[in-house]
Amino acid sequence: MYRIVEKTSLNPTVTKMVVEAPLVARKALPGQFVILRAGEDSERIPLTVADYDRAGGTVTVIFQVVGAGTMELNALKEGESLHDFVGPLGRASELDGLKKVCVVGGGVGCAIALPVAKALHEKGTEVHSVVGFRNQDLVILEDEFKACSDKFVLMSDDGSRGRKGLVTAALEELIQSGEQYDEVIAIGPLVMMKFVVAVTKKYNVKTVVSMNPIMIDGTGMCGGCRLTVGGKTKFACVDGPEFDGFEVDFDEAIHRGAMYKDFEGHAREAACHLLNQEVR
Amino acid sequence: MANMSMTKCPMPSQDPAVRSHNFDEVALGYTAEMAVEEAKRCLNCPKKPCHSGCPVGIDIPAFIGKVAEEDFAGAYEVLERSTTLAAVCGRVCPQESQCEGQCVRGAKGEPVAIGRLERFVADWHREHAQEAVVKAAPNGHKVAVVGSGPSGLTCAGDLARLGYAVTVFEALHTPGGVLVYGIPEFRLPKELVRKEIATLEAMGVEFRTNMVIGKVLTVDELMEEEGYECVYLASGAGLPSFMGIPGETLNGVYSANEYLTRVNLMKAYRPDSHTPIAKSHAVAVVGGGNVAMDAARCAKRLGAETVYIVYRRSMDELPARKEEVEHAQEEGILFRLLTNPVEVLGDETGHVKGMKCVQMELGEPDASGRRRPVPVPDSEFVLDVDTMIMSIGTSPNPLIRSTTPGLETNKHGCIVTNGEDGLTSRTGVYAGGDAVTGAATVILAMGAGKQAAAAIHKYIQGK
Repeated sequence: MYRIVEKTSLNPTVTKMVVEAPLVARKALPGQFVILRAGEDSERIPLTVADYDRAGGTVTVIFQVVGAGTMELNALKEGESLHDFVGPLGRASELDGLKKVCVVGGGVGCAIALPVAKALHEKGTEVHSVVGFRNQDLVILEDEFKACSDKFVLMSDDGSRGRKGLVTAALEELIQSGEQYDEVIAIGPLVMMKFVVAVTKKYNVKTVVSMNPIMIDGTGMCGGCRLTVGGKTKFACVDGPEFDGFEVDFDEAIHRGAMYKDFEGHAREAACHLLNQEVR
Repeated sequence: MANMSMTKCPMPSQDPAVRSHNFDEVALGYTAEMAVEEAKRCLNCPKKPCHSGCPVGIDIPAFIGKVAEEDFAGAYEVLERSTTLAAVCGRVCPQESQCEGQCVRGAKGEPVAIGRLERFVADWHREHAQEAVVKAAPNGHKVAVVGSGPSGLTCAGDLARLGYAVTVFEALHTPGGVLVYGIPEFRLPKELVRKEIATLEAMGVEFRTNMVIGKVLTVDELMEEEGYECVYLASGAGLPSFMGIPGETLNGVYSANEYLTRVNLMKAYRPDSHTPIAKSHAVAVVGGGNVAMDAARCAKRLGAETVYIVYRRSMDELPARKEEVEHAQEEGILFRLLTNPVEVLGDETGHVKGMKCVQMELGEPDASGRRRPVPVPDSEFVLDVDTMIMSIGTSPNPLIRSTTPGLETNKHGCIVTNGEDGLTSRTGVYAGGDAVTGAATVILAMGAGKQAAAAIHKYIQGK
């Protein structure tokens, strides 16, 4: 069993959990993920590692409550335990030898973008961060990003916080103003990553994206997380989750990600009743 | 007096019309009377060809002789000398190509129903056994087993009996490997697997779930930091292969591994499961192995009205176990043989709406000795299906080979061993099962586990 050492609500739908998992903490690196199960009959939920404390033996995950599984997870309290917690899975981000990087985070994806930005900052890389949220209530990790970024731009769809507009606009401005990035690392909703790549392709700036397809076992057995990358079948769990953004077939990934929308809607409603939660 | 009936005593089974709508076990098992009657068909011939046909070397005439004498406890003692998983093997072994394939009675009529008798004895033992499991005196040596499928469990059981402190590392949240995520409940009840694992635990074997070796710990860390003198790698067949035809990424296309994992491990067939699965009307399963049969029969049970097996060769080459093919046919699975998919067709929402196929004919024999299927010109047709399940094989998982320096693998990525005893290119590291052979059978994996256990014992004692 894996004890929840700390549970904090970052915004109305996003929760941070610090989980006791010494073996995972010992090996975890930015870019990797874990699979957890809240209870004995729960779904296996893949979540990218948001932080880790090797000495303290804890791993931090940050998740958005979107469906039945994450609702059940969110119902657990500090001091209670997760039934399963396995990792670190997937390949770590490749961050060596980069002089200047723009990290683009969208929504809850910022939770995964942050450890990448932090690791780059610690390596002495010049880090520019562009983060975007729908509105001011959903902003997370602003101070943490500021602390590890040489340049920081916050965007909101409605302009209620930071600048109004999408992350792609801010990124394009930076590139146009003459910023020369070795790499752009984009982590967020598929649509955001797709349009970040549309911008960076224009300027031929190498772009790495973190894919989060539907996964079941996550250990290289079931093949559910397959993606088309550079015309070839790749498995996010063992070949990823990070891929060259220029090569990823985003439209296919977006389509496959919606495969169980109906089921998820029903399950979510049932969980709302069961857990008596109101989630927007 | 020998029973000279030319046919096996029939296996009582659930009616096909009923069972194709539930996940309860299909074959119900012999009664004691049936078992004794069937056991009397064994001629106890001096050459024991059946014995040499068994990958784990069960003394088959000896256990059948005990059944004929109604000494079921004695029969189990004979089985136990060679296998810890008799209840599993009796259900899932391809007996027709092993023990029963060698049986003298099979020359004229049907062979003795060795598999059914094995199952009967194992089930009888589970229901009647009183004695506590014997725990061997510890010999002070530690061995790690990677993977808790049939190969890992067999190796762990044999080593535990010899007094080794064995830890089995399982990547998933439940031990059992393919016995849990792959083979469906109606063919192998999971309660049975749990009991086999509980027996191993009682023998002193430690199971650690959520341990992906190569990630959480490497093979070198197991040996250098955790103090395991030997490691047995039995991590299974790996990732599913796809055909690379257009439309394979449409929604509604599954690998058999994914489909079966959702159904078996995550219990998607239960109404209260959190794991979704397609609600299909017509399903095409591509492939002809046991995994394909399992996927097809699961699809039928989940409510699909039409389920096809699409296989590019003919019935004679179909690799699945005979009984599974028969059961599938009884349940109304339709076999489209000498047929190969060339394209998956999608509707306007990007969901499967059909599968374009081509007729095949058998040409000259290929490298495997089987006649190579070749497409018949202008024979394309469309199967109306809304779900497609690809069951055409696997390629090895890269996690262990990519994190174990000096571990030799072949061009397919399978771990290379010296053959018989499973020794890899690394001292103290042994491997077996599908990780070495590519996707094969439960019993071959068990045989490899057994040989590796003996080799590990010899190596450690000789140090």
